[in-house]
Amino acid sequence: MIELSPIRKEILGVIEHNGRIDLKELAILMGTDEITVANEIADMEKEHIICGYHTMINWDNTTNDKVSAMIEVNVTPQRGVGFDKIADRIKNFEEVNAVYLISGGFDFMVLVEEKSMRAVSQFVSEKLSTIEEVSGTATHFVLKSYKVHGTILEEEKTDERMLVTP
Amino acid sequence: MRNPLSDVVIEMKPSGIRKFFDIVSEMKDAISLGVGEPDFDTPWHIREEGIYSLEKGRTFYTSNAGLKELKVEICNYLKRRYNLEYDYNGETLVTVGGSEAIDIALRAMVNPGDEVIIPQPSYVSYLPCVQLAYGVPVVIDLKEENQFKLTKQELLDAITDKTKVLVLPFPNNPTGAILEEEYLRDIAEVCIEKDIFVISDEIYSELTFKGRHVSIAEMPGMRDRTILINGFSKAYAMTGWRLGYACGPQNIISQMTKIHQFAIMCAPTTSQYAAVSALKNGDADVEKMRQSYNQRRRFLMSRFKEMDIPCFEPYGAFYVFPNISKFGMTSDEFATKLLETEKVAVVPGTAFGDSGEGFVRISYAYSLERLKEALGRIEHFISTLEK
Repeated sequence: MIELSPIRKEILGVIEHNGRIDLKELAILMGTDEITVANEIADMEKEHIICGYHTMINWDNTTNDKVSAMIEVNVTPQRGVGFDKIADRIKNFEEVNAVYLISGGFDFMVLVEEKSMRAVSQFVSEKLSTIEEVSGTATHFVLKSYKVHGTILEEEKTDERMLVTP
Repeated sequence: MRNPLSDVVIEMKPSGIRKFFDIVSEMKDAISLGVGEPDFDTPWHIREEGIYSLEKGRTFYTSNAGLKELKVEICNYLKRRYNLEYDYNGETLVTVGGSEAIDIALRAMVNPGDEVIIPQPSYVSYLPCVQLAYGVPVVIDLKEENQFKLTKQELLDAITDKTKVLVLPFPNNPTGAILEEEYLRDIAEVCIEKDIFVISDEIYSELTFKGRHVSIAEMPGMRDRTILINGFSKAYAMTGWRLGYACGPQNIISQMTKIHQFAIMCAPTTSQYAAVSALKNGDADVEKMRQSYNQRRRFLMSRFKEMDIPCFEPYGAFYVFPNISKFGMTSDEFATKLLETEKVAVVPGTAFGDSGEGFVRISYAYSLERLKEALGRIEHFISTLEK
């Protein structure tokens, strides 16, 4: 684990929400030069602090079908096969978006994205449940997304302030 | 019929901003950089606390000076941030915005004919409030070469036998200037020697970009001759909640409370409950907003440099105050032309006093995208002037 310097914190704060910002602009916002910013970013990529630059897509606004589900998974770890080993098996499936080991009533939370409910069901019944250590699953389909990765999915807000104020 | 109006009111000049507002609001698709309030929404936990207080039916008056819980949190905050000690009971008054505090502080302290020193450019209400209190405003024209700071000599030059109060507006609207400790020390020395009281408007105290804000009340001997004014509008993006406060020695605060009691009763109850959450849990929100403002500030400074528009680097509030005198127009002409040709609204410096001539106030309480678009238009505007 690496403690973040103030400039790293500030860089991450910006690119977390705007991965497309160019170096020159980022350097201006940080009050430093491009080389410093480029080096910090390169280092953070190497250190796996920055793990990728994704685009956030609201598929609901397109005609593309996309079904998301959150699946509670209960497992029975075997001797010599801990939770990590089981997670390895689950995480490698294409359909799986995220896997978390969690505390509480069940062991793993698996996030799945597929084209249809049928495809999700198929994945659960044919691939997930058939893993030897998996003892049970409960699938929750997502009906609507309100907020994803800290971003509220809604129309842009208009500025309702008065145009000129003291 | 007799003239129904008082001479004092008739003599008061309307705000210079008003006129400009009327022009801008007629114009469709204008980009405004003229706003003096944050673009952020009030952080949700603060709004939520306000909603909760309404649900609980807390819709009654609070005591005149404000909710005890809020006053205690205000005192905790001032101790935590500025090492200032005030008694919540008797030395703290919750007001309807910093504006009310300015008004009643002046009314509580000024006798007819007393002189009140007002450094300008500065917020539009100091001067009329002095007039309404039957005081005599004495303006100090701050200078660009001093980065719009108030110097000891300027203050000394403005003092007469009748001087009673100095209004100290830092971090400053519209210039963005701050007043560092060494300046405050000098000013404190003068105030003590000449027996002058200070009304210190520190509403932008959380928005400084060069070390923490220092209050004049922290200077030795100044606590008991200073009314410190602050509020929630700028730091917590709570302008519409109308909530501020004044802290100071008991003999002044108690008289201010008397005026407040008769004129206002108490500050809005919902806002007071919400503000408790702001002070208890809002530090991280303030930090986040400050970081955003600072990035925009750097962006603007870099653009001005590219465009070769002289602008001293401001370290406070959310304004920059570029010098536009080289274009051979008054501030008013510059702002009007910019609005007419490029549809960008900035506020002429003269709205904040005669010494604002040659400058315009640009607010960066806007998203970076907005600022980029607006600065692009300003660049285009300037290129047409230089041809």
